[in-house]
Amino acid sequence: MSLLPFFEFCEHSAVGETIRNSLWLFPVIESFHLLGLAVIGGAVLLVDMRLLGLGLRSQPVAQLAKDAHRWFMGSLIVMLISGVLLFTSEAIKCYYHAAFWVKMTSLLLAILFTLTIRRKVVASDNSSPLQSKLVALTSVTLWSLVGIGGRWIGFS
Amino acid sequence: MALALCRLLGIHRAHRELGGVATYTSHYRDRNRVIHKMSLIGFCEWLANTPGSIALHESLWVYPIVESVHVLTLCLFLGLTLVLDLRLLGLTFRGARASEIAERLLPWTTVGFVLMLTSGSLLFYAIPVRTYQNIFFRVKVTMLIMAALNVWVFHSTTYRTVAAWDLDPVPPKGARVAGAVSLALWAGIVVAGRMIAYNWFD
Repeated sequence: MSLLPFFEFCEHSAVGETIRNSLWLFPVIESFHLLGLAVIGGAVLLVDMRLLGLGLRSQPVAQLAKDAHRWFMGSLIVMLISGVLLFTSEAIKCYYHAAFWVKMTSLLLAILFTLTIRRKVVASDNSSPLQSKLVALTSVTLWSLVGIGGRWIGFS
Repeated sequence: MALALCRLLGIHRAHRELGGVATYTSHYRDRNRVIHKMSLIGFCEWLANTPGSIALHESLWVYPIVESVHVLTLCLFLGLTLVLDLRLLGLTFRGARASEIAERLLPWTTVGFVLMLTSGSLLFYAIPVRTYQNIFFRVKVTMLIMAALNVWVFHSTTYRTVAAWDLDPVPPKGARVAGAVSLALWAGIVVAGRMIAYNWFD
């Protein structure tokens, strides 16, 4: 079963048409996507750096992660909403763009990993240093793929 | 004095031409060229014709890679700058000392800033004339200077007494203002930066 009809449906939806036919809607929505990028990047990096023994080293991991989680969730929502809007305006282009699929796959894995394994590790005080470091490196790798894939959708 | 200045600027050449067979047009053209050479736009035109700028502009891979570095470094530079701004506003990480956040994150934001400045300069170098004339670029540079001033003012005033309010969940007004100004300016810088790609008001 091909997903193409769904992508065509998005592309030709009223939202997709409106954004595509507007001069300024796309860049304005993209600006929100970029502001969200800075916040989500900071929230992810701060905790991953702490797990690697860098940055705010003297803060307890669990407390830092708890504070960062609110900003992570908030910016994730901004990213998802603005991202879906950007997608609808060029859904068919995305369908044929490898970077889009790389981004969506790594995004799904990154969200699942952050909300399950990573969440459990940062909340517990008895994770081994090796375990913490592996979690941090996995998180940084997955989210980097999301970012690079996202940027590459713009290059055609 | 005026003569010396003219000589200094190379305008004497045009004057000498005037005395000879030169027409008004050639004098006018020459004078324009002299003024042009000194101006910023003249510098940008010169820059655009350097081999490096042309190579970067026409490159298939290097330009997109530099642009990606510029965008993704937002996470490191701005993401961690926001952490301090939000702490100064008393909105988050209230349990951590403000000075600890400032000092421990500074090496990372410095690395991020150097990456931003290097990749940003390269992006300008690839397309100097158009970028220089772009309104969003000018707005961005202005806001960058204001952001630098904000850091300088904060560090030479409120931050001097950080020991007195380091653990306050909500820092004093001077710190909150610095955090809010920084947040607003950087948001503006990101948006203006994105808009440089558009030439609506060139």
